[in-house]
Amino acid sequence: MNRLFALWGTTVGKKVAMAATGIVMILFLISHMISNVLIFRNPEHLDSYAALLRSLGPALWVARAGLLACVLIHIAAAWQLTMLARRARPITYAHHEYRVATYASRTMRWGGVLLFVFIVFHILHFTTGTLLPGWQDGRVGDNVKLGFQSVPVAIFYLVAMLFLGLHFSHGIWSAFQTLGLNHPSYNRSRRLLAWGLALAVAGGLATIPAAALLGYFK
Amino acid sequence: MNLDAKVPGGPLADKWDRHLADLRLVSPANKRKFHVIVVGSGLAGASAAASLAELGYQVSCFCFQDSPRRAHSIAAQGGINAAKNYQNDGDSTWRLFYDTIKGGDFRAREANVYRLAQVSANIIDQCVAQGVPFAREYGGMLANRSFGGAQVSRTFYARGQTGQQLLLGAYQALERMIGKGAVKMYSRHEMLELVLVNGRARGIVARDLVTGEMESFAGDAVVLATGGYGNAFFLSTNAKGCNVTAAYRAYKKGAGFANPCFTQIHPTCIPVSGDYQSKLTLMSESLRNDGRVWVPKAHGDSRGPRDVPESERDYYLERKYPSFGNLAPRDIASRAAKEACDDGRGVGPGGRGVYLDFSSSIERLGEQAIRERYGNLFEMYERITGENPYRVPMRIYPAVHYTMGGLWVDYNLMSNLPGLHVVGEANFSDHGANRLGASALMQGLADGYFILPYTIGDYLAGAKLEKVDATHAAFREAEQRASAQLNTFLSINGKRSVDSFHKELGHVMWNECGMARNREGLQRALKKIPEIRAEFWENVKVLGSAETLNQSLEKAGRVADFLEFGELMCQDALQREESCGGHFRTEYQTPDGEAMRNDHDFTHVAIWEYQDGAAPVRHQEPLDFEFVKLATRSYK
Amino acid sequence: MKLNLKIWRQPGPAAAGAMQSYVANDVSEHMSFLEMLDVVNEELQTKGEEPIAFDHDCREGICGTCSLMINGTPHGPKRATTTCQLHMRSFSDGDTITIEPWRAKAFPVLRDLIVDRSPFDRIIASGGFISAPTGSAQDANAILVPKPDSDLAMDAAACIGCGACVAACPNSSAMLFTSAKVAHLGLLPQGQPERDQRVLSMVHQMDLEEFGGCTLFAECEDACPKEISVENIARLNRDLIRATVRDRGQVHVESGAG
Ligand SMILES: Cc1cc2nc3c(=O)[nH]c(=O)nc-3n(C[C@H](O)[C@H](O)[C@H](O)COP(=O)(O)OP(=O)(O)OC[C@H]3O[C@@H](n4cnc5c(N)ncnc54)[C@H](O)[C@@H]3O)c2cc1C
Ligand code: HEM
Ligand code: HEM
Ligand code: SF4
Ligand code: F3S
Ligand code: FES
Repeated sequence: MNRLFALWGTTVGKKVAMAATGIVMILFLISHMISNVLIFRNPEHLDSYAALLRSLGPALWVARAGLLACVLIHIAAAWQLTMLARRARPITYAHHEYRVATYASRTMRWGGVLLFVFIVFHILHFTTGTLLPGWQDGRVGDNVKLGFQSVPVAIFYLVAMLFLGLHFSHGIWSAFQTLGLNHPSYNRSRRLLAWGLALAVAGGLATIPAAALLGYFK
Repeated sequence: MNLDAKVPGGPLADKWDRHLADLRLVSPANKRKFHVIVVGSGLAGASAAASLAELGYQVSCFCFQDSPRRAHSIAAQGGINAAKNYQNDGDSTWRLFYDTIKGGDFRAREANVYRLAQVSANIIDQCVAQGVPFAREYGGMLANRSFGGAQVSRTFYARGQTGQQLLLGAYQALERMIGKGAVKMYSRHEMLELVLVNGRARGIVARDLVTGEMESFAGDAVVLATGGYGNAFFLSTNAKGCNVTAAYRAYKKGAGFANPCFTQIHPTCIPVSGDYQSKLTLMSESLRNDGRVWVPKAHGDSRGPRDVPESERDYYLERKYPSFGNLAPRDIASRAAKEACDDGRGVGPGGRGVYLDFSSSIERLGEQAIRERYGNLFEMYERITGENPYRVPMRIYPAVHYTMGGLWVDYNLMSNLPGLHVVGEANFSDHGANRLGASALMQGLADGYFILPYTIGDYLAGAKLEKVDATHAAFREAEQRASAQLNTFLSINGKRSVDSFHKELGHVMWNECGMARNREGLQRALKKIPEIRAEFWENVKVLGSAETLNQSLEKAGRVADFLEFGELMCQDALQREESCGGHFRTEYQTPDGEAMRNDHDFTHVAIWEYQDGAAPVRHQEPLDFEFVKLATRSYK
Repeated sequence: MKLNLKIWRQPGPAAAGAMQSYVANDVSEHMSFLEMLDVVNEELQTKGEEPIAFDHDCREGICGTCSLMINGTPHGPKRATTTCQLHMRSFSDGDTITIEPWRAKAFPVLRDLIVDRSPFDRIIASGGFISAPTGSAQDANAILVPKPDSDLAMDAAACIGCGACVAACPNSSAMLFTSAKVAHLGLLPQGQPERDQRVLSMVHQMDLEEFGGCTLFAECEDACPKEISVENIARLNRDLIRATVRDRGQVHVESGAG
C-alpha cells in the first residue's frame, strides 16, 4: 500500500493511475457501446439487457462503486496534474507555436471537463430520469427514444461523443506510454488500436443520437 | 625559480610504480580535514574533483559555465587513445609512449609521457564502468579506429561525441559526490585571483557571475584545470568562454609558464565567412581519407570549382608529399594551405580557403558509400555553409585548435608554487611541441583520475600547513585587486567594445604568431600588441555594473589577460630559434620546406617567470632523452 | 537583410521584464543566429545601451549552453539544430523574430535571455550516475554489451542538457531530459544494480523541482536538438513501475543538495 502511495506521490504515478482507471472506463464503454447499439435491433433487447444487469443486485452496486472510484481517481489525478502544469509555467510565452502536439492531446483537459459534465448529465438523464420528464424505470429503450426527441440534447450527446473519441484516441495512445509500452516495432499497431477503438466506441455510441436526429426512431 | 621536475629514478617502466610506493599517504581520518579547491570541471577538473572526494577530501569545484557538464571538453569529437591492444595489432605501452614523444617532436618529458601511456588502459576501464557508451562491435567488444600519427588502432570513440560522453561520465561521478555533499560545486563562478599565504597556494578569489559578488575560498591546495588558451587568437575551435585568465593570474603570482608559443593548428575547419565570424568549427580529420585537397593553379581564378578543368588544378599535397599525399600530418597540411592562400590562390570569401573535393571518391565508391562514412559531417557542413558537399567541393581552412603550452608542472603535477597543481590542457606536461589526435582526452583523464589523486596526497601529507581561512588579509587584498580591475573597466567609458580589441589582437596573433612565424613578424607583433593594450585601457567601453550578471565585464577581464599573454606567446616564439611540431619558424626549414629542429640548443622546456613592471625571465628545464633516440620526422 | 527583433529584456532575477523591439540591419545569411545577436549587441553598445545577455559557449551544438525561444519554438525553426548552429538563411528579409528565454518556474530568468537550469544538475546528482569509484573498475571488455543496446544507450546519452524539452513542453515537463539519462544508464549492464534506485530518486527530484507532468504532447521530441525520442519516457515509466513493484530501491532523502 505504501508503495502505491509513493507511486501516486509522483507525477508519473498519477499518470499511471489515470491510465489504469482510464482503461477500466474504456472497458466499460466498450460493453456500454455494444449493449446500447442493441437498440437498433429492437428496443426490447435493451430493456432485457438492463433487466439482466439489475438482476445482478449487489454485484451491480459493487461495479457501479468501482466505476465511480475510477472516475474520481481519474479526475483527481487530472486535476492535480493540470494544476502542476499551470504552476510550472507562471509566465507564458509571447509567441508559442505547437509543432506536433495533436488536437486530441491538446483537448485532453477541457475535453475531460466536458466529459465529466456529460457523465453527470447523462446519469441524471437516463439512469435516474431526473432530467427526463416522462422517464420510466426499466423502459430503457423508450427512455432513449424519448430523450433524444430533444434536438439540443441529441446534439449535446454528439458533441460529447466527438470529444470522447478525441480523448480516447490520445488517451489510449498515451496510456501505453504511461505503462511503459512504447517500441517502434509496434507503435503503428498502437496508433491503429487507439484510433480504431476511439472510432468504434465513440462512433458506435454516436450512432444512437445521430439516428434519432435523422428521425430513425420516429 | 625551483624547476626540479622530481622525476623518479630507475628504468622508465618502473618509475611510476616505484613513485607510487614512495608517495606519502594521508590517513583516511585526516583526509576529511583537508580542503582542496579544484578550478575547472572539464575532463581533468571533474575527474580530479570526483576522485578526490571519493577518497575523502573536502572538495570545492568551480566553473564559469552554468553547469560543470558544459566545460569545453564536451566538444571533442574524434576519440581517446589507450594502449589496450584489443585489436591485437601490436600496440603496447611503449608504442603509445613512443608515438606520443615522437608526435610531440621530442619536446616532452619522457617519464611523464610513459606514465600517461601506462594509465591509459585504466581510463577505458573506468569510463566503461561509469556507463560511457563507447562504440562496440557486433560481438559486444569495444571498437577501435586508427588516428593520425599511429600505425595501430587504439582510439576508442563514442560516435562523433567522444569528449561529450567522457565528460558526462566524469560529470556524473562529480554530481554523485555533490549529491553526497562531498563536493561543493560553484557554477557560474570565475576565478580571478590565486591567493598565496607564506608562498603556498591557499585559495582563490572568484566572482559569482550572477550576483557579481567577489568571494574568497580558502583551502589546503589549489588545482587548476582551466583548459587551453587558443582563444588568444580570437578565432579558434575553442568555445567562446575558453580563456587564459586563471593560468595567467597564477603566472603573475609566480607560477612558471612553459612553452606558451606551442599551439596546434588543425587543418580541416570550416573557413571564415565574414568579419562577424565568432568561432571556427572543426571538421573531423578523417575527411582527408577520401577528400582531395586542391586550389586553382592560376592566381585570382574566380571560376566556380566545377568550371576549373583538371589540368588547371593544383593538388598541392599530392604534389609535395607524394607518399602521404592528402594525409600529411596536421601541421604540414595546415601550413601548405596557408601558403597556397598567401600565394593568392585561395578560394571562397576573402580567398582564405582550399577545396576538399570528394568528387573522385564519389565516382569511385558511389555517393552512398561516402554518405555512410561522412554523412553527419556533410550535414554539419551544409548546416553551416548552406552548400551541399556532395555536389560542390567543401572549403576548408586551418584554425587554432589546441595549446600544448601551459603552466609548468613537475612529475607530481605541481607547479613551482607549492600547493598549486595544474592538470589537463592547462599544464604543459605531455604533448611537447605537437599533440597527437585523441591524446588530449587521455591526458586530461589520466591527470584527474589516476595521477593527481595520489600525488596531491603526498603534498598534503608532507606540507606543514598553518590554519588559514578566508578572513586572512591575503584574501582581502586579492579581492580588492580583482574588484579594482573591474571598476576600472567600467570607468574607462571609451568608444570600443571589448570584442573589437579581442579581434584586433586575434588578427595580429594569427598573422604573426600563427601557423608560420618569423623574426620580423614576431617583432612586429611585439610592437603592436602593447599598442593595442594601451588603447584598450584607454578606450574600452564596458557598460552596466559589477553587481549584476554582466557578460561584457567578464569578457573584459579575459581580454585584458590575453592582451598581456599574447605578448608572452610571441616572446617565446621569438626566442625559440628552431622549428618543431606546431612551432614553425620560416627561418628554420630545410630547402624543401620541412621543419628544422635545433636539438643542440633547444632540447628544453622554456619557462617564463613574471616580473612586475619588467620583461619576463626565460628559464629552462633541460629534457634528457635517456630511453629514446631523437629522430627527424619525415612524411615525404 | 533587415530583421525586426522583439526581444525579452530583464535586468535581473527579481526585476520586471518586457519585450523590446530592435532592428538588425545588414544581416548576412551566412551568420549564425548568435552572430546576428553579436552584431546587434555591438551596435547597442556603441549607442550606450547594455548588450542583450544570452547564454552560449561552444557554438557548435554540443555544450547545450545556448537556448532561446525563437518565434515560438526552442532553438528556432530548423529541426535537430541548436540556436548556435541555426543560420540566418532560415529567415528572410523583413521578418519579425520574437526571442524569449525558456519559460518554466524551475528555470527562473537570471537576466534577459539567460535562465538558471541548475535543476537539471540536481536531477543528475540525485541518481543519474553509476557508482563506480575511481580505480574500482574491471577490464573494459569483461562485460560484453550487445551493439544494439549500446547504440540505443548512445542515442539517449546524446542529450546535451539544453532544456529545450522543458521550454517546448506545454506542461514544462522535464521528462525527456530525465528519461534520457534513466534510459542511457538503464540500457547498459553496468547500470543494472542501481536501476530501481536511480529512477525512484531522479523522478522524486524532478518533481521536487516543480516541473510539470507528461501528457505525451511530444513537443519535446520535436524541439530536441539531439532528437532524443519520447520512447525514453516510456522506458522511465516502465522502470518506475517496475521499481515500485519490486520495492528494492528507496528515494535518497539527502539527494538534491547543491
Ligand atoms: C573542437 C575540438 C575537438 C577536439 N577533439 C579532440 C579529440 O578528438 N581527442 C582529444 O584527445 N582531444 C580533442 N580535443 C582537445 C581536448 O578536448 C581538450 O584539450 C581537453 O578536453 C581539455 O580538457 P580540460 O579538462 O583540460 O579543459 P576544459 O574542458 O576546457 O575545461 C576547462 C574548465 O575550466 C573552467 N574554467 C576556465 N577558466 C576558469 C576560470 N577563470 N574560473 C573558473 N573556471 C574556469 C571551465 O569552466 C571548465 O570547466 C579537441 C578540442 C577541440 C576544441
Ligand atoms: C450516445 C451515447 C450513449 C447512450 C445512448 C447511452 C445510454 C445509456 C443508457 C440508456 C443508460 C441507462 C442504462 C440503465 O439505466 O440501465 C446509460 C447509463 C450509463 N451510461 Fe450511458 N450512454 C451513452 C454514452 C455514455 C458515455 C460516453 C458514458 C461515459 C463516459 C456513459 C456512461 C454511463 C454510465 C456511467 C451509466 C450508468 C450505469 C449504471 O450505473 O447503471 N454513457 N447510458
Ligand atoms: C469517463 C470517461 C473517460 C475515459 C475513458 C478517460 C480515459 C483516459 C485515458 C485512457 C487517459 C490517458 C492516461 C495516460 O496518458 O496514461 C486519459 C487522460 C486524461 N483524461 Fe480521461 N478519461 C475519461 C474521462 C475523463 C474526465 C471526466 C476527465 C476530466 C475531468 C478526464 C481528463 C483526462 C486528462 C486531463 C487526461 C490527460 C492526463 C494528463 O494530462 O497527464 N478524463 N483519460
Ligand atoms: S532531451 Fe533534448 S531538448 Fe531536452 S535537454 Fe536533452 S538535448 Fe535538450
Ligand atoms: S512535450 Fe511534454 S507532455 Fe511529455 S511528451 Fe514531451 S514532456
Ligand atoms: S553554444 Fe554550445 S550548444 Fe549552442
